[in-house]
Amino acid sequence: MTGYILRRVAYMVPVLFLITLFTFFLVRLVPGDPVTAMLGPRGTPERRAAMEKAMKLDRPIWEQYVAFVTGAARGDLGDSLWKKQPVTRVLADRIPPTLFLVFYALVMTIILTLPLAGWAALNKGRWPDQFVRVFTVVSLAMPVYWIGLMLLQLFAVKRKLFPVSGWGEGFLGHLHALFLPALGLTLAIASLTIRSLRNAMLETMGQDFVRTARAKGIGERAVFTGHVLRNSALSTVTILGINLAFLIGGTTITETIFAIPGLGQLIVTAVFQRDYPVIQGVTLTIGIMVLLINLVVDLTYAMLDPRVSYT
Amino acid sequence: MSVALQESTTGALQPGRVGSARRQRERWLNPLILGGGALLALIVLFVVLYPFISPFDPTAPDFTQPPLSPPSRTHLLGTDSFGRDTLTRLAYGGRVDLLVALIGTAGTVIVGGILGLIAGYAGGWADTLIMRLVDFTLTMPYLVLVIAIVAILGPGTENIVYAIWLVGWVAYARIVRAETLVARRQEYVEAARVVGMGTKRIVLRHILPNVAAAALVYAMADMVLNILLASSLSFLGLGTQPPNPEWGLMVAEARDFFLRDWRLMTYPGLAVLVTGAALGLIGDGLAQALRPKG
Repeated sequence: MTGYILRRVAYMVPVLFLITLFTFFLVRLVPGDPVTAMLGPRGTPERRAAMEKAMKLDRPIWEQYVAFVTGAARGDLGDSLWKKQPVTRVLADRIPPTLFLVFYALVMTIILTLPLAGWAALNKGRWPDQFVRVFTVVSLAMPVYWIGLMLLQLFAVKRKLFPVSGWGEGFLGHLHALFLPALGLTLAIASLTIRSLRNAMLETMGQDFVRTARAKGIGERAVFTGHVLRNSALSTVTILGINLAFLIGGTTITETIFAIPGLGQLIVTAVFQRDYPVIQGVTLTIGIMVLLINLVVDLTYAMLDPRVSYT
Repeated sequence: MSVALQESTTGALQPGRVGSARRQRERWLNPLILGGGALLALIVLFVVLYPFISPFDPTAPDFTQPPLSPPSRTHLLGTDSFGRDTLTRLAYGGRVDLLVALIGTAGTVIVGGILGLIAGYAGGWADTLIMRLVDFTLTMPYLVLVIAIVAILGPGTENIVYAIWLVGWVAYARIVRAETLVARRQEYVEAARVVGMGTKRIVLRHILPNVAAAALVYAMADMVLNILLASSLSFLGLGTQPPNPEWGLMVAEARDFFLRDWRLMTYPGLAVLVTGAALGLIGDGLAQALRPKG
């Protein structure tokens, strides 16, 4: 098991290397450069040259890349071109709100998924099943930006039940301030998990071991929680894992709408400002997050299904 | 991750299960396909035809009309802050979203499908290379990648299509590869090989028809995602540019007037929602028709 985890972590290195290579050259292909973005039209050639020199943008591009990678290996991602701060410092401030939001939405998704999927599966073909189907179809088609804005306008601007921006103070403050953004994200992704859990439950209910359990005289409730739910969880964990990566991407819009100081908002502004080191830092961070999530998902399999083993 | 995709799509099509012609027809005309199809047909008709009927211009500010007016007999859904007719702009905006979704999805189906067929049928280094590329693309957060690509190409409607093409093929490559791996082991494929059919003919005549169904079902859900993506990017200011109408852009333009008239922001959002729901219903219906036990 430990060996497996170590091998997976080692495998991340080349992927992360590819991500740095990709983003490094990608952002430099973007028309416009940070010096123009900062000085505006008033920049004289001398001021431009001095600034380029100060930001080390006058060096050959491969030299910049080598400097970036060797720095990153030592935990130094360079300085933000706009904030005059180390990128690691900027990231350290921005990671917690995004992580909080993502896990908040994840917990909400699970709370919403379990009863709805169970209800639909136990009433297959009857009206609860149809109701849940309509809910998932609508939820899949729901634009995140639209539902976010609607929630914001209705519950934060019109009735001042929630703050209009920021992520609050303290744990309870975060829970309060991030409720609407997390709800918006949940509504937009819950359809996939509900659907997959319902189908997996129906498949499991038809299995021999469920019939055996019923024949043994185990109560309906125990059969459902002990046999059906546990065996259906596997495919849903996969779907959740994929969605978590999707969720992290989705936070860009939600954080922009609700003015949450997280990674998503950071990368949108950084793209507009051409803040190269910040863009690189955020993509790298999100890449690491996604890889770690995939690892956790694979390890969860082993926990849920004793037949899966990693050696 | 591929576990789920394989589980949900493998066995989607059971070849050789021939019912009577009537049963076949009933299978395809299930209420989900009929309902979703009718809804989609209405939206397409509105989007295609209404611009010919409407006397109003979708882009030019019209100061002869009252701005932000409520629904009336001349303006069925009222006007926006520039006095432009909302219903007319909804129709023109819908053309943009539907076209982006259609062209974007078609491109990814073709590219992803071809790569998936190659990976699944040829195997070996081609398979390894393609699947590594898939893994890598999946590691990049989808929306962040698309934002970066659109930032390079510059904001604009066509550039959203290119961005979709660059990242969207991954799902089809995985689905088609998984289905191809199953199909190539089937007896009829082996029989074709024994008879001496060429690779090209086997793939086109025997593999492709059997793997297309799974990709088609996914394409319906993908169209929904692409409409959401196109409108999200326009909402962020990276897609369709004003004064042109587009559903996501219309939501962004209406947000400042929400407290004066909530309807203005509601219409384009609902348009996205209803279109997506129609496509989703068709996708569900197709999946049900193709999986006999459903």
